Amino acid sequence: MSAPSILLRTEHRVGIASYGAYVPRGRIRTEAIAACWGLEQKRVPIRAKSVPGPDEDTATMCIEAAQNALRRVAVAADQIRAVWVGTESKPYAVKPTSTVVAEALGLTPFISAADMEFACKAGSEAMQTAMAYVGSGMARYALAIGMDTAQSRPGDSLEYTAAAGGAAFLFGRAENAVAEVEGSLSYVTDTPDFFRHAHRHYPQHGQRFTGDAAYFHHSQQATRALLDALGRAPQDYRWAVFHQPNPKFVRRLARQLGFTEEQIRPGFLAPAIGNTYAGSSLLGLAAVLDIARPGDRILFTSYGSGAGSDALSLVVTPRIGSLRAGVPRVRDYLERKQEIGDYGVYLRLMKKIHRE
Amino acid sequence: MELPRYHRLRSTFYRLQASRCAACQATYFPPRPYCLHCGSRNLEELRLSGRGRVLSLTRVYQPSRGFSDGVGTLTALIELPEGLRLIAQLTDVEPAEVETGQEVEMVVRRLRTDEEQGLIVYGYKFRPVVGARAAEGANSA
Ligand SMILES: [Zn+2]
Repeated sequence: MSAPSILLRTEHRVGIASYGAYVPRGRIRTEAIAACWGLEQKRVPIRAKSVPGPDEDTATMCIEAAQNALRRVAVAADQIRAVWVGTESKPYAVKPTSTVVAEALGLTPFISAADMEFACKAGSEAMQTAMAYVGSGMARYALAIGMDTAQSRPGDSLEYTAAAGGAAFLFGRAENAVAEVEGSLSYVTDTPDFFRHAHRHYPQHGQRFTGDAAYFHHSQQATRALLDALGRAPQDYRWAVFHQPNPKFVRRLARQLGFTEEQIRPGFLAPAIGNTYAGSSLLGLAAVLDIARPGDRILFTSYGSGAGSDALSLVVTPRIGSLRAGVPRVRDYLERKQEIGDYGVYLRLMKKIHRE
Repeated sequence: MELPRYHRLRSTFYRLQASRCAACQATYFPPRPYCLHCGSRNLEELRLSGRGRVLSLTRVYQPSRGFSDGVGTLTALIELPEGLRLIAQLTDVEPAEVETGQEVEMVVRRLRTDEEQGLIVYGYKFRPVVGARAAEGANSA
């Protein structure tokens, strides 16, 4: 008997059959936040971040991203047997978001549905589970979504980056895939870097744990272990996508792992819209698929506090050219923006202040 | 409208489920069990495309109870390619960005939150078309 592999292997070969993204239209300039709290402009990590509209939440944003995924391919509703939503910002504390999404997509009632939690890794957790459903033969297709309207306490340093957006991935057998999964793994440890107690509205960060011991350690370990297991090196990849808490962390992580600025460029969205938490790495992957060509190899590594990373190695197939056109791409959503110049309006949109 | 009715009609509110008479092609939204035109009970399910065109516009300054976010929102009469007209709220748009004749598309948004039970009611709104089908031939180019 050979030693057990650290890879998560599926019975059937699987891949991404389609994908769709969503970013809301609002953008708050971080200088407006800084002006309110008296922070020096040069210490602001990004220029603007995405903000959901007053009638948007994680459910409505998931619906649009998933609809975009379903519009790109001809897959009958009864072939999709699961929908999982990975998020930190559920509209209800107890009622699942995924049932609203499944209903709106016309996939109910014979479908598995659940919300997944693992801080910013919840979306890639949903992806791993969708891969397992398809890879085991339980489902022909399964839908995984990572989406957040990230919450931050007014005045907290996270307020400059906590953003809204995400992406949906329809997983299917390799023969139907636009990007086949070559291998994947998960790496988790018990690390208290970021947490929110029940009944508290905002999360707290364990200051000493947020950098090296958390984001960098898990992202690096997962990525290096996957490359080792597959016998690959960073230069074998055309593109790489990581979780994006802020631009500085992403650049440093890529450099430490041996990936270039060019490799991370198309999926690096934090400078434009901020950290979309469970949506962050998935939205980056969607942006890469928007420009990818057959044969491109993509490295994907998520990160979630608590803590852990999922790492995937993907190869783009010729089927990428057969996706239906006319569906909004990540760039379309980035270009569609309305600037919110006022911190008070931002607080209202984030439902932090209400009309009495 | 009362919450139980929203729930019963959720396929209508979430994905524009309509019905069409197999005998005379009359289309109904919300769907009807029998045809008002010819009396036929042979109606087929039809999911509307979600595309439409603005026929006329108005701004709402006194929203009804439960719609407090609705002050100043735009409501439009929209013509659908399936031969129907419906009234819906516009979203993601400023008054200066929309005019009659404009192409719009359906999105699912929060319509209201019931103040007593905290139930969120989701349903259709319309907004200007995103990407404007401009991305044609994205990957195949
Ligand atoms: Zn009839």
